[in-house]
Amino acid sequence: MMRWLRALDAVVRRDTLRFFKQTSRLVSAVVRPALWLLVFAAGFQNVLGVSITPPYETYIPYDVYMAPGLLGMVLLFQGMQSSLSLVFDRELGLLRLLLTSPFPRAYLLFVKLVAGTVLGVLQALVFLGIARLFGVDLPNSAFATVVPALVIGGFTLASLGLLLSVYVKRLENYAGAMNFVIFPSFFFSTALYPLWKIAESGALWIVYVAQLNPFTSVVEMIRFALYGQIAWQAVAITCSVGIVAFMIAARGYDPQRGTLGRKSQE
Amino acid sequence: MTVALSIDHLVKSYGTLKALDAISFSVEAGKVTALLGPNGAGKTTLFQILTGLFVADSGQVSILGFDIAKDPVAALKQLGIVFQQSALDPDLTAQQNLVFHGGLHGLSRKESTSRADRWLHSFGLKESSKKPCRQLSGGMKRRVELARALMTEPALLLLDEPTQGLDPKSRKELVETVFSLARENGLSVVWATHLVGEVVDADTIIVLDHGHIVGKGTSAELLARTNSRTLEDAFLALTAQSREGLAE
Repeated sequence: MMRWLRALDAVVRRDTLRFFKQTSRLVSAVVRPALWLLVFAAGFQNVLGVSITPPYETYIPYDVYMAPGLLGMVLLFQGMQSSLSLVFDRELGLLRLLLTSPFPRAYLLFVKLVAGTVLGVLQALVFLGIARLFGVDLPNSAFATVVPALVIGGFTLASLGLLLSVYVKRLENYAGAMNFVIFPSFFFSTALYPLWKIAESGALWIVYVAQLNPFTSVVEMIRFALYGQIAWQAVAITCSVGIVAFMIAARGYDPQRGTLGRKSQE
Repeated sequence: MTVALSIDHLVKSYGTLKALDAISFSVEAGKVTALLGPNGAGKTTLFQILTGLFVADSGQVSILGFDIAKDPVAALKQLGIVFQQSALDPDLTAQQNLVFHGGLHGLSRKESTSRADRWLHSFGLKESSKKPCRQLSGGMKRRVELARALMTEPALLLLDEPTQGLDPKSRKELVETVFSLARENGLSVVWATHLVGEVVDADTIIVLDHGHIVGKGTSAELLARTNSRTLEDAFLALTAQSREGLAE
């Protein structure tokens, strides 16, 4: 058991070390959501009135509505970043080092996901602190539900990133693929506006896409968690998507069944 | 005789190209075995299978009695690997790279650090152990990788063209280091290369070409078999014979 935990510790430690050594990544992880909060939320504060819908018990300002979406965005970027680090590791040859370690391959991929999740949750908590500093009125008492929600959300989005890394094998293709995943996931969700508001505007197809989008579940899970509530349906969908994405990705990395063993000439 | 590595009728194809065509051989424990072959001979494919990265179409690979396909975790525990392409995290120091590797083999952080320091010092890298790997020369990086492969005390060391990209001096030093480690510590080594001069002193030389074993023996045996004066001539003769056979 200790061996397994040591491997987990090694991967989490290495990914954390790398994260803190990459200053631009560190800064952008904090600045990106803060900019959205400062610029976007401030600009639309008086345009987008948000009425009372659970978990809110009263009318709320737009920045409060947007905060869970931005927390989701932090996790989404980190999930994609951790898969980018896998592609980077593949180019450096470090992925081979990981995959030739004496542990089951699924476990080695799992520890990479844990490392990505740890970094995602840390960044999300830092952003939560920044949001409070900017005066976003969020409850104080929901730590016990927020952290698990961030962990589940971070794990699921990192799993989706891992799945992406099975199919996008080259670093130069990754930026496009990331944009293709991040922006549609973010915009076709409840991160920026509630579904009823989109339905009211007549864009029903966006509502349907947003309902199918797993990122919507992540955002709603976090939104309720911020108020000490558990959105069970969102939790169930998020967990299911995370587990299924991980299983497909693990299969993709399996040399007996996946795509990697057939790509010898790369 | 203890067998460190046993390969039995190994076949691997990519579409219509047979990279390995039913090759069989074994490696005696405590000996240096060279896998000598030109580019495209199948050496790297064989390494990918030995390390569990690829799966053979058929045949069996056994490392210290553990089948790599059936019991990969036990088989991989026996191995120290230096890949053809350098595989160091450029942002981490040499020591951090080794400590990371120790963790991946289940060693505690304290034990990993102690072993990392010991091996880096023994390879003359004490001063460089705290530098990010991107600042190290090619030769130093290769020594770091060799230290990393050895720190887990493997029973079998696999080296896939480990001197690639090194200058002659660094190459000579690396060859001498590996051979002396093998002789002094009884380490089993499989050294894949296309550079004949590196493996003249190997206990067994296996010549691989187009996925076939075209020669096997000590340097002296290969010279006698091909009636050559140098190992390079013997290598060229054996691979030429193989190509003639394929053409027919």
